[in-house]
Amino acid sequence: MTTSEIHDLLKARFGEDVSAAPPPPKGDAWLTVKAERLVEVCRFLKETAGLEFDFCEDLTAVDWPKRNVIEVVVHLLSYKLKHSLVLKVEADRGSPVVPSLYPVWKTADWFEREVYDLFGVTFTGHPDLRRLLLPDDWVGFPLRKDYAEQGGWHGIDNVRENPLVELKRLDDSARAEAAKSASPAPAAAPPATPAPTSQA
Amino acid sequence: MEKLILRRVDRNNEEMILNFGPQHPSTHGVINFIVETDGEVLRKAVPDVGYLHRSIEKIGEVTGWHGFMPFTDRIDYVAAMFPNEGYATAVERLTGIEVPRRAQYLRAISCELARIASHLVSLGTMSMDIGAFTPMLHGIRERETINDLIEALCGARLTYNYHRIGGVAFDLPEGWKERTLAFLDHFDKFLVEFDRLISFNEIYVRRLANVAVITGKDAVDYGLVGPNLRGSGVDWDVRRDLPYGAYDDFEFAVPVGQGFKGTVGDCYDRYYCRCLEMGESSKIVRQALLQLPEGEIMAPKVARNLKVEAGEALSRVESARGEMAFYVVADGTNKAYRVRARTGSFTAMGIIESASPGLMIADLVALIASLDVVAPEIDR
Amino acid sequence: MAKIDSEVGGDVTFFHTSQLDQLINLARENSLWYLLFGLACCGIELIQTGGPRADLMRFGAIPRASPRQADFMIVAGTLTYKMAERAKLLYDQMSEPKYVISMGSCANCGGLFQLAYSVCKGVDKVVPVDVYVPGCPPRPEALTEGLIRLQDKVRNERWQDKRRAPVQGTGAA
Ligand code: SF4
Repeated sequence: MTTSEIHDLLKARFGEDVSAAPPPPKGDAWLTVKAERLVEVCRFLKETAGLEFDFCEDLTAVDWPKRNVIEVVVHLLSYKLKHSLVLKVEADRGSPVVPSLYPVWKTADWFEREVYDLFGVTFTGHPDLRRLLLPDDWVGFPLRKDYAEQGGWHGIDNVRENPLVELKRLDDSARAEAAKSASPAPAAAPPATPAPTSQA
Repeated sequence: MEKLILRRVDRNNEEMILNFGPQHPSTHGVINFIVETDGEVLRKAVPDVGYLHRSIEKIGEVTGWHGFMPFTDRIDYVAAMFPNEGYATAVERLTGIEVPRRAQYLRAISCELARIASHLVSLGTMSMDIGAFTPMLHGIRERETINDLIEALCGARLTYNYHRIGGVAFDLPEGWKERTLAFLDHFDKFLVEFDRLISFNEIYVRRLANVAVITGKDAVDYGLVGPNLRGSGVDWDVRRDLPYGAYDDFEFAVPVGQGFKGTVGDCYDRYYCRCLEMGESSKIVRQALLQLPEGEIMAPKVARNLKVEAGEALSRVESARGEMAFYVVADGTNKAYRVRARTGSFTAMGIIESASPGLMIADLVALIASLDVVAPEIDR
Repeated sequence: MAKIDSEVGGDVTFFHTSQLDQLINLARENSLWYLLFGLACCGIELIQTGGPRADLMRFGAIPRASPRQADFMIVAGTLTYKMAERAKLLYDQMSEPKYVISMGSCANCGGLFQLAYSVCKGVDKVVPVDVYVPGCPPRPEALTEGLIRLQDKVRNERWQDKRRAPVQGTGAA
C-alpha cells in the first residue's frame, strides 16, 4: 500500500490528527501524527489487517531549530505485505515530550533511549529512560544543531597541536644552532642562507 | 549505570553483580555487560554500550555528501562494503542518480565477498568464544585471501571506501575475475571442511543447540534482522524481498533456521544460517562474475560539489548483520542535514537483556557471539 | 680482583651488570606478550596480524586477555572519552615494566575523528606511548614493524631504569 492509501485509511479513523505532506518529487513521503494519538495510531497500524506493520525499522529524530521543533521519525515495514511507512511526530524544542512506542514494539526501547541521549527527547511511558551511548554525566545533547562542545571530558583535553608546528620548531632550532656554530667562523657565511624548503 | 553496579545485593542468596567487559575478548569489541548472577545462572545481563561512540552521525552533517563516504566504512568495519552501499543508495534515491548496471554488479560482487569475509570472522570468533581456537585461524586464513582480492580491487584491506554516489570507484583489475573464480572453487571446498571441522562437532553442537532460544515473534518484535531473524525462522531477506541493485538477476536461496540440531531460533540455528549464507554468497559472486555486463562504472555527471534538493530518503541493504538502513535528510545545500544509520547490531543488543535470564554465564557468551554484534554498529 | 681490573681495564662490576642486562633484555624482547585491546577497526587488523599470515607469534608476542599477564598494550583503534578511563585503568593494572604501542591514526591523534565530540584525541593523553604506528588501519606489516621497534627499545634500555613521568588525565573510575 502506498503512503497516500494508508493516509486515507487513517484519516477515516483519526481525522485531522494524521496529516500528509505533499509528496516530494524524490525520496520518501511521510505522514505527520499528533503526539497525543501516536500510540493509538501505531497500534492501529500494527494490528489492522491489510496494514500489519509488524516491524519498527527505525526510530530517530531530526532537529529543526528554525521551526523550533524536533521531529521524531518512525520508519515502519511490514514483512508480510512488503510495504513501508514513515511517520513523523513533532515535539517542541524547549521541552520535547513524545509518548513511548515501547508498548507497541519492544525494539523502540533502545531507539528511544538513543534519541533521548542524543536529542534530549523525553518519552513518556518508557520503562528505563537513561543515556545509552554517552556517559551518564555528559552535558548536552550532541545531535541538536546548537550543541556546543564542552572541550574535553574529566580532565582530558581535546586539543592537539598540529604536529607540523612542532616539526617547524625543531627545524628552526636546528637552523639557529647551525647559524650559531657557523657565525664564529669567518664572516663569509651570511646569516640569511636560503632556507631549505619549509616543512610547514 | 553506576546505580546498577553499586546497588546493594542480597548477601543471603548467592547473588552477584559482575562487570563483563568492556575489554573482554568475547564481547566482540568494547561492550560492557552488567551481569547479575545467582551462582552460575544469570538473573539478567544489562548491556552498557557507547564505548565506541564516535559521533559519525554528527560528522555526516559537516562533511559534504561525497566526503562522508570514508566515515561510513567505520560504521561497520568488519564488512565495510555494506554501509558504503547503503549510504550511496540512500543518496541516489534522494537525487535520482541512476547507477549503471555494471556498477551495480560490481557492488553486488564486492558486497558478497565482504559478507563472506565478515561471516568468517564472526564464525571464527564465535568458535573461539565457545572454546575452539583452530576454526578462528582457518577463518582468518580464508579472510586474508578475500582481503587480497578486495585490496586488488580498491586498495584497502579493511576500510574499503569503494562505492561512490553514482557507482563504484574502480573497475576490475586485470586477471581479477579468474583469481576470484579460483578462490571460489577453493572456498566451496573449504566450506565442507569447515562443516566437518566444527559445525558438526559434537561438543560444539551441544554447546549451542537449544541455548538462548529466540522465537520468531520476539525476533520481529525486538527488531532483529538478517541472520538473527532468519535463524528464528522468519523468512525475510531484503536482497530477495525488496531487491535493490543487481540482486534481482541472481539465483540464490535464503537459508532459514529450522532447528538444525535443536529448536528453531537457538544459537546453533543462527550460527548455521551464517554458514549456509556463505555458500549462497559464493554462488552470487560466481553468477555476477560470469554475467558481468560491459559498460560504465560511474553515473555520468555526478557533481563534485553535490547539492541535493530538500527531502529525505531511506535505503535498505542487506548487510552481513542484517538489514542496514540509511536515512538521509537534505535541506538543499551541499551537506547532509541529517545522516542516520540503522544497523543490525543495535537492535540485536537490545534483545540481550530480555533473552539472558536463566542462561549460564558461558551461554551468555554463546548468545552474544551468535547474535554477531560488532561494537561500531551499535555505537556509531 | 685488582688483577682482573687492570687486565680488563675497567670497572668489573659494571661490566658484569651490563651483560646481565643484555641477557635479561634478550629474554624480554623475545617474549613480549601483548594485551589484546582491540577498540575499533584497527582491532580487526590486529587480529589479522596475530592470525596465520602475519603471525605475530614469530616474535614471541602472544595475545593475552588479561592486563596482568601482559608486557605491553596495543591500543588498536579509536579511544572515546568513555573508554579512556577504562584504558587508563587497564594500563594501571599491568605490571612494570610496561609499554604501549599506539596503533592507527585514531589512537595516535584522533585521526579521522577530529570533528567528533566524543573521541579522545590520542591515547597519549591518557597513557604514555612508546611506539606510534601510523595508518588507517596500519597494515599487518606496519604493526610488525612497530613491534620490532619496541623490541629495539627493550633491548637498549636498562630494565630497572623504567620510570614513568606522570601524564595528564584522570583514572578515576
Ligand atoms: S585509525 Fe582508521 S582503521 Fe584505525 S580505528 Fe581509526 S578509523 Fe579505524
